[in-house]
Formats: sequence, C-alpha cells, structure tokens
Amino acid sequence: MTQVSMVVNGTAVNRDVADQTLLVDFLRNDLRLTGTHVGCDTSQCGACLVHVDGLAVKSCTMFAREAQDAEVATIEGQADPDGSLNAIQQAFQTHHGLQCGFCTPGMVMATAALLKETPKPTEHEIRTYLEGNFCRCTGYHNIVKAVFAASGQDVAQIAAE
Amino acid sequence: MYPFEITTPLTIDAAVQALQNEEAQPLAGGQTLIPTLKARLAMPEVLVSLTGIKELQSIAERDGQLCVGAGVTHANLAKQTAQYPALAALAVDIGDPAVRNRGTIGGSLANNDPAACYPAAALASAATIVTNARAIAADDYFLGMFETALDEGEIITEVRFPIPQAAYYAKFTQPASRFALVGVFVARFADAVRVAVTGASEEGVFRWLDAETALSQAFSAQALDGLTVPTEGMMDDIHGTPDYRAHLIAVLTKRAVIAAG
Ligand SMILES: Cc1cc2nc3c(=O)[nH]c(=O)nc-3n(C[C@H](O)[C@H](O)[C@H](O)COP(=O)(O)OP(=O)(O)OC[C@H]3O[C@@H](n4cnc5c(N)ncnc54)[C@H](O)[C@@H]3O)c2cc1C
Ligand code: FES
Ligand code: FES
Repeated sequence: MTQVSMVVNGTAVNRDVADQTLLVDFLRNDLRLTGTHVGCDTSQCGACLVHVDGLAVKSCTMFAREAQDAEVATIEGQADPDGSLNAIQQAFQTHHGLQCGFCTPGMVMATAALLKETPKPTEHEIRTYLEGNFCRCTGYHNIVKAVFAASGQDVAQIAAE
Repeated sequence: MYPFEITTPLTIDAAVQALQNEEAQPLAGGQTLIPTLKARLAMPEVLVSLTGIKELQSIAERDGQLCVGAGVTHANLAKQTAQYPALAALAVDIGDPAVRNRGTIGGSLANNDPAACYPAAALASAATIVTNARAIAADDYFLGMFETALDEGEIITEVRFPIPQAAYYAKFTQPASRFALVGVFVARFADAVRVAVTGASEEGVFRWLDAETALSQAFSAQALDGLTVPTEGMMDDIHGTPDYRAHLIAVLTKRAVIAAG
C-alpha cells in the first residue's frame, strides 16, 4: 500500500492504494467517479480517457501511483458548476454524437484535449485525433460533426456521408 | 495482474541500483508493459518507474547527431524534433494521441516489437543506443523478435541519431493495432543510403541491403525496378501473407525514396 495524492477535477484527494492499482480503478472504485468507463481494458478503445496534467491518457494503462501530485480531469468535472452541459457536451447532444453513451466520456475528454491543441480542427484532424476512441453505435459521423460544432465551426461544411 | 511494488527513483544511478534485484523490471510509458502485466505474461516483483528521471527527458543536437533521452514520449519527440523531420513524422503516427502522451522511445526500442516503428528509424539512421553501461550500434542491437543486446538490469538512457540529408518513413498501417503492417525507413547520408524494414520479418527489423546498394548508386525509385525481397522468413498472419509483405516492402521503399526526394 502506498499513499497517493492528486487533484481530481479541482479537489485534492488522498488514498492508500495497492501499487498495481490502475488510475481508472482508483477513479471508479476509490473515488466512485464512475463516469470514466472501461471498454476494452487493453489500451485500444479510449473509453477510459482522462487528462493528467492536461494531457490525454488512457487511465486503464497508467498506474494511480504515477499520477502522484498530478492534476487529473475526468468527465465529472466537465459540466458547468450549475450542472449545465459545457460546449462539447452540448454539441454531442445537439448533433446526436452518442447513442448508448458508453464511449462518450472518453470522446468528450479526447475532444477537449484536441480543441486545446487545435481550436479549429479540420474534419481530417478530428478523425485522426479520435483514432484511439472507438464507438460501436454512431458510425462516427455525428461525433465528427459534434466536435466540429463544438469548435465553433459550421457543420454544414461537413459533407453528409 | 499479479501484485508488485512500484519504485520511483529520480536518477539513472538509483534506477540501475533498484534493477539489481533480479525480479525488478523497468516501467516507462507502460503502453506495452501494462497490457502485458494484465495478460499475466510477466510477473515482476518490482517495477522501477523511469518517468520521474529528468536526465532521460532531454532532446538536444550534438555533433550533428540528434540525442534523444530514453524517456522522451512519442508526443514530445514529434513536437521537438524539427532537425529530423522524418523522425518527428514517424512519432506523430504511432498509435493514437493518448498512447503518444505516455509511450517512450526507450520503451519501444527495449521492447523491439517486430512491427514497431522506432526500430526501423534507429537501424536506418545507424543510431547508437546508449545505456547505463555502454554504447551499442543499432546494427548490433536488434537481435530478433522482441530480442535485443540489452543485458538483465541494463537500461537505455539515450538514443543518438545521425541526421541524414534526406529521409522518409513509409508506413502501411494495420488499422486495428495501428502498428506497421509493414514499414520502411529510408535514410540518405552523404556517403551511404540505409533502408530498414519493420513489420515484415520473423526476425524483426532488418536492413534491405540490395536496395541500399542500388540506391547508393542512384537515389531514385527507378533504381529499385526489378528488385524483390525473398519471401522466406516473412511473417504470415491474418493481416498478410509472406508474399504480400515482401511485395509491400518493395512498394513502400519506392514511396519512401520518392517522398524523401
Ligand atoms: C493502441 C496502441 C497502438 C500502438 N501503436 C504503435 C505504433 O503504431 N508503432 C509503434 O512503434 N508502437 C506502437 N505502440 C507501442 C507504443 O509505442 C509503446 O509505447 C512502446 O512500444 C513501449 O514504450 P513504453 O514507454 O510504453 O514502454 P513500457 O511499456 O513501459 O515498457 C516496454 C518494455 O521496455 C522495457 N523498458 C522500458 N523503458 C526502458 C529503458 N529505458 N531501458 C530498458 N528497458 C526499458 C520495459 O521493462 C518493458 O519490458 C502502440 C501501443 C498501443 C497501446
Ligand atoms: S478501457 Fe482503456 S483503452 Fe479501452
Ligand atoms: S455511443 Fe455507444 S459506443 Fe459510442
């Protein structure tokens, strides 16, 4: 057991965990932040994507210990304090960028990371950036539209496929 | 996963010390090792995390060589390697953004996956793999699938890439894994051309010497006309037959030569 401290969605947290605890299990089981999902557990699908010190990482492929003293952001910290959806979440709703919603926390966190680096991405940049985020429902097109809209661009520019 | 402890040394010396324990293993980005641990294919007692070691994080140009610390992530290499654009382009095409934010060049070269990208860059560039104990020429470093010249407890500290006049990495991506189905790295130096192939051979990364000879005489796609790679020893799996891989090598080498210019 080792004591791990980090800041999650702006709140300092501190727990004793076994060294082999994955960050995703720390978030879900110790902190009960179950918005971060486990889709594959083999580093492929991106459902577990969170930010560690501002960088997108797969929380199923990082140990909680390695986030010692880091700032971690998860889907639970994305909505505004009054509970209203942020621009990315709202765009996913408006453009039907989700069906079952299982992949959505990872998609929203990946989008947030993308827009920080590239505020006005092209359709190609969006598809490339989301390569590590799998969705089994939507066929991706509406996700790409939602990201495009969240960046303040006119979705009419994206051809229907 | 079997239970283990994690230690977080802050210096190379402390890490080497911790690795004296026979049951210890280095942990870099974890993008290969953590899936391996989950599959219970490894059972270390101690993981020696290298991520806190500042000495492993630098990227600098020295004597015409690009010196990359073993702990540099694919994302940082892509951002900070304007001196060697073909290497930066290779890094930016590894996996996906989250893998690139954690995965490191040292981890990739230590693992020596037969379909990994960096081994091709290191071999084609005639890079030197520097460890805590010695400097190993790339030609002596890659010993076969997942096999390297590294000794037990030895860690890579730096990789030194001579910077070629022109280079290009042509990768045919296997879309499910995002590794190379086949990848060819071509590097043209003042006195030689080197061609390294990944994703194809059962022995891991290798140099295509016939292509090197032809390209040293004339650096053009036409110089490769008629050259073929023997299919013996090529990997055979659901993604490609030996014939298919051998064919891809020739096609990708031409593409790399044209793109390198
Ligand atoms: C979805 C996905 C897609 C990927 N796509 C690609 C791709 O397209 N191309 C590609 O090349 N790779 C790809 N990878 C692999 C990725 O690049 C890994 O990051 C890399 O192979 C291992 O680096 P790491 O830092 O994560 O090492 P780790 O997983 O931490 O370690 C790997 C091995 O190296 C050892 N090790 C680590 N650092 C050192 C060191 N400094 N000295 C000695 N031994 C060390 C460890 O003990 C372990 O055995 C992909 C991985 C994933 C999950
Ligand atoms: S659960 Fe982490 S990548 Fe799928
Ligand atoms: S909405 Fe169901 S997996 Fe994406």
